[in-house]
Amino acid sequence: MYPFKYHRPTSLEEAASLYNGSDDPVYLSGGMTLIPTMKQRLAAPADVIDLSGIESLTGISVKGDKLTIGAFTTHAAVMASADVRKHIPVLAYLAAQIGDAQVRNRGTIGGSVANSDPSADYPAAIVSLGTTIHCQNRSIDGTEFFKDLFETALEPGEIITSIEFSMPTRAAYRKFPNPASRYAVVGVLVADFGGSIRVGVTGAGPCACRASGMEKVLNDNLKPAAIDAVEVPDAGFNSDLHASAEYRAHLVKVMAKRAVAAMLEG
Amino acid sequence: MSTRLSRRRFIKSVIASGVAASATSGWYSAAQANRPAGTTERLISLNINGRTRRVDVLPQETLASTLRYKLGMTGTKIGCNRGECGACTVLIDDVTHYSCSMLTHSVRGRSVTTVEGLQAADGTLHPIQQAFIDELAPQCGYCTPGQIMAAVALLKDNPKPTRDEVRVGLSGNLCRCGAYDHYLSAVLRASGQST
Repeated sequence: MYPFKYHRPTSLEEAASLYNGSDDPVYLSGGMTLIPTMKQRLAAPADVIDLSGIESLTGISVKGDKLTIGAFTTHAAVMASADVRKHIPVLAYLAAQIGDAQVRNRGTIGGSVANSDPSADYPAAIVSLGTTIHCQNRSIDGTEFFKDLFETALEPGEIITSIEFSMPTRAAYRKFPNPASRYAVVGVLVADFGGSIRVGVTGAGPCACRASGMEKVLNDNLKPAAIDAVEVPDAGFNSDLHASAEYRAHLVKVMAKRAVAAMLEG
Repeated sequence: MSTRLSRRRFIKSVIASGVAASATSGWYSAAQANRPAGTTERLISLNINGRTRRVDVLPQETLASTLRYKLGMTGTKIGCNRGECGACTVLIDDVTHYSCSMLTHSVRGRSVTTVEGLQAADGTLHPIQQAFIDELAPQCGYCTPGQIMAAVALLKDNPKPTRDEVRVGLSGNLCRCGAYDHYLSAVLRASGQST
């Protein structure tokens, strides 16, 4: 790793002022992506601002029909949370599928979402579960958040403070994991909000998105077989050593069918 | 004396004699030279295996590096050094972490357990360590400390896991020898179940 200055602020204000005072700052959440990236010298920030000292960023709470997860909450905490298991079990299931125990014990939901890795699991939930991404001074609709490969609607210096989820009537997530890393080659989350179906896809394109064609078909006929009629063009899909764009397009339909079947089985 | 033992003894004696910084450890001296005029206090206290250790830590230093090259605790291995192989697994506040992907400064105030901290004061091995020996689990042994730490955390959480649960629990720890089946048997034996 190239040398840098390390900071551990205890408030959002302090974090922002450190950020604004640096020429080349970066926020550190769990570090499961950032630290390996810095070690490979693909990133060389001058100042690393560790968010682990800001207590207000951690925790899970339920208010009315919304469940809110603090940005610094680890995948392991989401997976084990009684509130998440009760109100949005699909989210606990999704968190349990991320990486391995060591990654889940350290990686955070805010870090994952802010990173917008095309193969991360959480983005499928962010676009499909009626979410609001809260930052210090504004809130962003979950469907508007992901912009491109590793690009989000966040402005420089903005920190995700928490993510607010709506509670679906029922939902299921299915992914085709890379057998080594457990990243989603393709992952599909299907959610039923009182008869209105939402489908979130991760892994296929440069960033997570909703599959509106599939939603339309499933709203008319909520059966795995209904997905056969949907065209999934592979234009713009990722193509790498793990899977070709054509194969990813195929996987989107397969994973969507499995998710619908799992959701219907309850 | 085997070469492995003498090498280990050499590393430890170098660290103990305090000349590592200037001559022997390329990693350490290079890191020293590049140090920016930082704001972080470098001399920090870490809680490792129940003991408070005062140690001089650079901002960019990972916990795995500090353990091995500053404190001489070479039980924690560095394999891939990028959070994939699990050889560097330690417990922080009782849950597994990749110590190669944690900045040492970020674990101040937390409790770190390494493989050196498992045995009893009289030298009796931890039941999981003993079970790994009884099942002849390791082959080359390089990933073993990480596997043991992952097993310790797993059994704390789930004292009677199924073989599949052990497989999932240890999935963050790679073994290039492919001794996985022996490791699974060893964890089941440590949990008092038939292998």
